[in-house]
Amino acid sequence: MQVSMTVNGQQRTDEVEPRMLLAHHLRDNLGLTATNIGCDSTSCGACTVIVDGLTVKSCTVLALQAEGSEVTTLEGLSTDGEMHPVQAAFRSEHGLQCGFCTSGMVMASIGVLADNPNPTDREVREGLEGNLCRCTGYHNIVQAVLKAAEAGPAAGQVPSSQQEVSA
Amino acid sequence: MSILGTRVVRTEDPLFLTRGAVYTDDLTDPRLAGAVHATFVRSTVAHGTVTSVDTSAAAEAPGVVGVYTAAELGDLPPVAPPLPFLDAGFSRPWLVGVGERVHFVGDLVAVVLTEERYQGEDAAEMVVVDIDPLPAVVGTAAAKTDGTILFPAVGTNKVAAFGEPAPEDFFADCEVVVRREIVNQRVAAAPLETRAASAAWGEDGRVTIWCTNQGAQQAKGQIAGWLGLDPALVHLITPDVGGGFGAKIGADQEYAFVAWLAQQSGRPVRWTESRSENMTGMLQGRAQDQVVTIGGSRDGRVQAYSLEVSQDCGAYPRIGTVLPTLTMLMAAAVYDIPKVHAQATCYVTNGTSIGAYRGAGRPEATAAVERAMDLFAAEIGMDPADVRRKNFIPTFTEPTQTSSGATYDSGDYEAALDRVLQAAGYDELRAEQARRRERGDTRQLGIGVSAYVEITGADSGHGTSENAELEVHADGTATVLTGTSPHGQGHATTWAMLASEQLGIPVEKITVLHGDTDRIPDGGGTMGSRSLQQGGAAVHQAAVELVEVARKRAAELLEANPDDLEVDLANAGLSVKGTPGVGVTWAQLAADEQLIVQTTFTANAPTFPFGAHVAVVETDVESGKAVVTRLVTVDDAGTIINPLLAEGQRHGGIAQGVGQALLEEILYDEDGNPQTSTFADYPFVSATELPSFELVEMATPTPMNPLGAKGIGEAGTIGSTPAVQSAVVDSVAHLGVRHVDMPATSMRVWRAIQEAQKGSTN
Amino acid sequence: MIPSQFDYVRVSTVDEAVAALAEHGEDAKILAGGHSLLPIMKLRLAVPTVLIDISGAQELNYVRVDGDQVAIGAGTRHHDLEKSEVAQAEVPLLPHVASRVGDPQVRHRGTLGGTVAHCDPASDLPTALLALGATVVVAGPNGRREIPITAFFLGFFETAMEEGELIVELRVPRTGSAGWGYEKFTRRENDWPIVAAAAVHLPDGSVGVALANMGGVVLRAEAVEAALAEGKSIEEAAALAAEGTSPSSDMHADVEYRSHLARLLTQRALKVAAGETEASTAESTAA
Repeated sequence: MQVSMTVNGQQRTDEVEPRMLLAHHLRDNLGLTATNIGCDSTSCGACTVIVDGLTVKSCTVLALQAEGSEVTTLEGLSTDGEMHPVQAAFRSEHGLQCGFCTSGMVMASIGVLADNPNPTDREVREGLEGNLCRCTGYHNIVQAVLKAAEAGPAAGQVPSSQQEVSA
Repeated sequence: MSILGTRVVRTEDPLFLTRGAVYTDDLTDPRLAGAVHATFVRSTVAHGTVTSVDTSAAAEAPGVVGVYTAAELGDLPPVAPPLPFLDAGFSRPWLVGVGERVHFVGDLVAVVLTEERYQGEDAAEMVVVDIDPLPAVVGTAAAKTDGTILFPAVGTNKVAAFGEPAPEDFFADCEVVVRREIVNQRVAAAPLETRAASAAWGEDGRVTIWCTNQGAQQAKGQIAGWLGLDPALVHLITPDVGGGFGAKIGADQEYAFVAWLAQQSGRPVRWTESRSENMTGMLQGRAQDQVVTIGGSRDGRVQAYSLEVSQDCGAYPRIGTVLPTLTMLMAAAVYDIPKVHAQATCYVTNGTSIGAYRGAGRPEATAAVERAMDLFAAEIGMDPADVRRKNFIPTFTEPTQTSSGATYDSGDYEAALDRVLQAAGYDELRAEQARRRERGDTRQLGIGVSAYVEITGADSGHGTSENAELEVHADGTATVLTGTSPHGQGHATTWAMLASEQLGIPVEKITVLHGDTDRIPDGGGTMGSRSLQQGGAAVHQAAVELVEVARKRAAELLEANPDDLEVDLANAGLSVKGTPGVGVTWAQLAADEQLIVQTTFTANAPTFPFGAHVAVVETDVESGKAVVTRLVTVDDAGTIINPLLAEGQRHGGIAQGVGQALLEEILYDEDGNPQTSTFADYPFVSATELPSFELVEMATPTPMNPLGAKGIGEAGTIGSTPAVQSAVVDSVAHLGVRHVDMPATSMRVWRAIQEAQKGSTN
Repeated sequence: MIPSQFDYVRVSTVDEAVAALAEHGEDAKILAGGHSLLPIMKLRLAVPTVLIDISGAQELNYVRVDGDQVAIGAGTRHHDLEKSEVAQAEVPLLPHVASRVGDPQVRHRGTLGGTVAHCDPASDLPTALLALGATVVVAGPNGRREIPITAFFLGFFETAMEEGELIVELRVPRTGSAGWGYEKFTRRENDWPIVAAAAVHLPDGSVGVALANMGGVVLRAEAVEAALAEGKSIEEAAALAAEGTSPSSDMHADVEYRSHLARLLTQRALKVAAGETEASTAESTAA
């Protein structure tokens, strides 16, 4: 079946099997491999992307369910070569090691800050309850989210996607 | 000012954070164009004889390029156990054939190749495997009876034994003796990236294999050996690796199989396992049943300690079989105990094979002796911190041999304990605990103290050596080739810092390459916390040597005496002493002639990082649920090159220890069926179950390498696991509880309280 | 892991959904948020041949006061229920329980109708709905009908819905500022409950009490409710919480421990509902 969605500001129309998961569509059809798949059970959150302003686990959404939606992945966060405040904070606070959870963790963190611009340590942890990391012990991820919060509302937003980017 | 010891942010991160790292499943290498996808058909029975494998329906399924069973393997010999002293009867077939036995849920029976990823799962589901079940051997207690034998040709489930029984009078002089069976449970390493491999054969007759692994060179050697290939024909690349924690040490058979399938099918092949597959197929860790016996006098002095280990090796013996020797070596830990006994016996069972997991043999030693110390303290009614203090090895700066046979490099265990107790506010914690106990609060406080020492940089197949190549280019940039294999540790940054320190080239201009056997034929990979002290030391040594090479050339060029030249870090080159304007840069020298050094650093011996942890838990005594509220740690790994990254290693280690102490355990039912084969079932520790950590600094340099650095990758886990377990026991000690096995789940804690209240010992 | 193949039908109204169900028969499944269905399809524990996607049916997204009840469209996502000011004011138990389901990403997708239709015995929101004595409104080929929630959950993953029907609305009493408590016991914060207890003071003066994961379906703690109605104390009533239950034994809890938890959590939920104590949280109060 045909599916159309806006991914990182770019309109994409593709032919997919009905069972194609959004995560595989992003990775295999659109070549956006920052979004990783770490489990089968909607547990790990590595595949978290933002669909219409809300974080979702793209391994548990059919590509067809994103018809007409705006999808943002890690690759769509930087603007004009400038990192998103959450990306920058993950770097400065050493919030990533192997990097496999990072894409989902960054997207989920933006979701946390969209919901609560000034979270406490505990609120960050609760906001990230759906994202697993084996390397960092979460300590520096929490620090990164708290640091990103200092950047103000931009930390809880994704770049607006009016611009149509050519393929 | 030196760059060493500063918090340099990672050079890896901009790409990781904007485009994402490139893991094996992400590869778009042109050599993989047109690749088919491999999907394995695995046994769903833990132990049994295969009676039929019907692939006829699968062969007709859409997109299927090939279906392979044991009948299609030709003369491919089974894979012998990785340790030469093990009976070849424990060999693992590539695919279990009709008439042969499967030995665990996850054993390989068939494989399908399909044009597309999704087609593979459909086709694999159509392969019909009939298995006549046999009784399953779950755990070492069942294995050691030999009631059911996994490998009849071997004749016993016993794989290996190390050490001798203790003499009968071992504890004869002790006023107090405490004995206890404890469990160091089977856990999953659970790196977020599951296993994956790809392979493509070139027209030159060579195969390129990409796989997620902690040591390309070792994996290449194994794969070439298993497939009977000339190693010169194998090119192995480890792209970005999404965590390993020990479970990605050594090649897995699936990786070699992918290369074989590519050869057979004449197509490049890709394989990425699912998490469910990973939770049965990937090496798991720990899995020791232990008996600790500790004896001493009522004044707190420990006189004798014995550790008996039964190691569950899983179905096919892998590296886990020898890890108990590390447990034995480190049995005495930080303590000056006159008599220490340790022995281990290893058994096959119908579970996933056991390999290394963060700490690999050493956490088991620490958990055992720390539990023993607590039991001893409880028995004589002494504060656990005081008992430890009474028995520490005194501060030493020269190599010191322990009664379990290890030679430690440097240590100051009492200072580590003092620092952590002070930072935690130990006395105030005890006072708060007393208040809560007096009030009979529902939420009781538990305080756990651990002290540890571990061995890092031990020989894990590559001696105590690592090599490095350093080249400065004419454009002023530099390239480092290393035999280590970072998968999150940040070597690209730290190795660049070490080169920058000597050469003055900014870290951003230094590229670090690893994990490509054509470019770096030799290397020991990243395991056993060896990388900085050996690989980093090699980079340091290469930079020092490069300066000397450059000095000779510069002396000729400048017509100066080499001794009159000094390193000019600001200009990234050499200048004439006292004449700062006169000099030459590395880049200029490189423009004239290649400026490159290859070197090997060999450490005299392994190093022994140490530390002390305090864990605080709150336990709801009505439900038994314990929550970790604080973790305060001293982790002394000698000189720290990049504190930002060293702290990250500590954080991750601490968290995994909490996971083991409180939550995580691989479980099987009595038929050997895994009960924890997804992340929904396996309680991987998450952010909500952890506090932020309180790290205390301490650095006692080692004389074993010029950096003064010891390993830091595993220490956090080794210290935190017993501290948390001890804290849980402590939180309910006033109710009569002396011990709760890991993971200290709420049901276990609740039941321990019930039984203690009934008056039975637990 | 990926689901088996299926056909996909997108509908935008309830009538279209009913028609599609009639057309495709028993192998068709309704897809809303997909967070109950897709996970079991990926494990191939469910193999529907047709999915009818109703997530575009805007008529199912609402939370509104309707007389002495609150009516909630089946397509309401957990996140929207959690944030609904109407729900927070009129039936605060529900938005709280919605906030305890899974994790934020799950709450952004999962729907109230979906979790009720899925009929998992460990599910949070069905437990709360049961305590509230909700009414399930279903639509089918013969129009709409109402099913009391006490008659809805029949067995393990089995409901009173008939072939061709789908849930369109949940109706609950307006409890306003009356007391309520929800005690969820998990290993990790975002896990399914090992046991959970919901208690809520209802407009008719009774107290509704329900339990998660104490049998093949979510259960009403009838013995507790009866004891409270007779004027027994919270302690006395809660001691009866395991009566009439049939908990399973698994790696998290055996029957004895689950029964203990049912009593403990019921007592705590009742005390919170009575305003005697604060809700338990995992958050530390340590020094």
